[in-house]
Amino acid sequence: MAENTRELLTNSIFRRNPIALLVLGICSALAVTGQMATAFVMAICVTLVTAFSSLIISIVRFQIPSSVRIGIQITVIATLVIAVDQILKAFYFDLAKQLSIYVGLIITNCIVMGRAEGFAMSNPPVASFADGFGNGLGYGFILIVVSFIRELFGSGSIFGLEIMPLTTDGGWYLRNGLLILPASAFFLIALIIWMLRTVDPSQQEKD
Amino acid sequence: MAEGPPLKPFYSVLVLAFACSALVAGMVVGLKPLQEANRQIDRKKNILAAAGLYRPDAPINELFSTIETRVVELASGRFVDPARIQPQTYDQLKAALDNTTGSSLSAEQDLARIRRLEKYSLVYLAKKGDAIDQVILPVRGKGLWSTMYAYVAVDAGDKTIRGVAFYEHGETPGLGGEVENSRWQGLWQGKRIYTGEGEVGIRVVKGRAAESGEEAAFQIDGLSGATLTTKGVDRLLHFWFGNDGFKPFLSQLPLKDASNG
Repeated sequence: MAENTRELLTNSIFRRNPIALLVLGICSALAVTGQMATAFVMAICVTLVTAFSSLIISIVRFQIPSSVRIGIQITVIATLVIAVDQILKAFYFDLAKQLSIYVGLIITNCIVMGRAEGFAMSNPPVASFADGFGNGLGYGFILIVVSFIRELFGSGSIFGLEIMPLTTDGGWYLRNGLLILPASAFFLIALIIWMLRTVDPSQQEKD
Repeated sequence: MAEGPPLKPFYSVLVLAFACSALVAGMVVGLKPLQEANRQIDRKKNILAAAGLYRPDAPINELFSTIETRVVELASGRFVDPARIQPQTYDQLKAALDNTTGSSLSAEQDLARIRRLEKYSLVYLAKKGDAIDQVILPVRGKGLWSTMYAYVAVDAGDKTIRGVAFYEHGETPGLGGEVENSRWQGLWQGKRIYTGEGEVGIRVVKGRAAESGEEAAFQIDGLSGATLTTKGVDRLLHFWFGNDGFKPFLSQLPLKDASNG
């Protein structure tokens, strides 16, 4: 790999964003983007899990027999995810209440496993950590953008702060019902992918 | 990716599994007291919120010290001696699953679709002087996707609703999830539960509630865009204020003194 640590970090956000280019991790991107606060916490959790699972896998990569490597990766990831879940429940209870089932689902987030198998197994620890961290940030970037649009137009607020008073609360803004539903994230993610691939045509797939 | 002796995969998996399980077990045990404390505080906060006694500036435990927790036998509506069932440690959801402390509901009984009902339930009493001012009742029932949990505060005198707090549910955010909306919960205040004949009269209706006339005292607006959640709330009210729920208990109110039983 000719990329240095900084490039590993930044390239994962725009040039090969895990959601936009690799189209991984879509499932959780739909589920948690209704509100910015949950999306933000989810982004932090995924970033930490991806970074540290890549780091750990990379450190022990010479000890991992190739016949059982997937199982070992999943065990490491699952351990980290449980740790994150437990810490959230102990220190940020209100958030944990909203997020709990999604935090558990980080285990099945394809990005984490994809980076462990695709990068950390064949690269040194520091580079793997940077790659995992960058991919987490790339995932988080899309989540924040999508949740910003969904919360602003769906609930009239940003990070729970009221921007446009809803009619259900006696205000003037009639919420956009589609944006409340998870399916709307599909449209938004598609628009983001379209935008990124127009700006950077090298991301376009060949016919 | 090393290719070693044939037993190597076995050993590495064993070592890893052991290390990971030790880590997870350590965390779960170590953080449990903190998590349990959080859960308690959250529950107390919602009880206070239902009763309209919650203030964000005061410590929850201090506010909650004015509330008395008791156990009630649902069928008779009588208080249970705290020496027999300790209110502080009683877990009614667990009790519902056990055949000695709970039972399964038949299909026509089970309006709230909770399948099993405990014999004893916790109730929370907010007092004014010696007299019970309001009782806060834990209720639950199925909405569209999930079981919704709430506390309903009932005036001990005229048995109108004083407040409600839904504290756990998995309904669609923005639609059924609006059960959390404090403005909607505010609509509950002052609604009558029982008709003159003692039937459960309170209703959560689809669309707008009647604004005047006899029905206005009983009706609560439904949640727009969430017909099935609304129906679930309506059914859980009918169940928990009915004969299988708290009706025997509520019919004994107002009690001057809560120390009987």
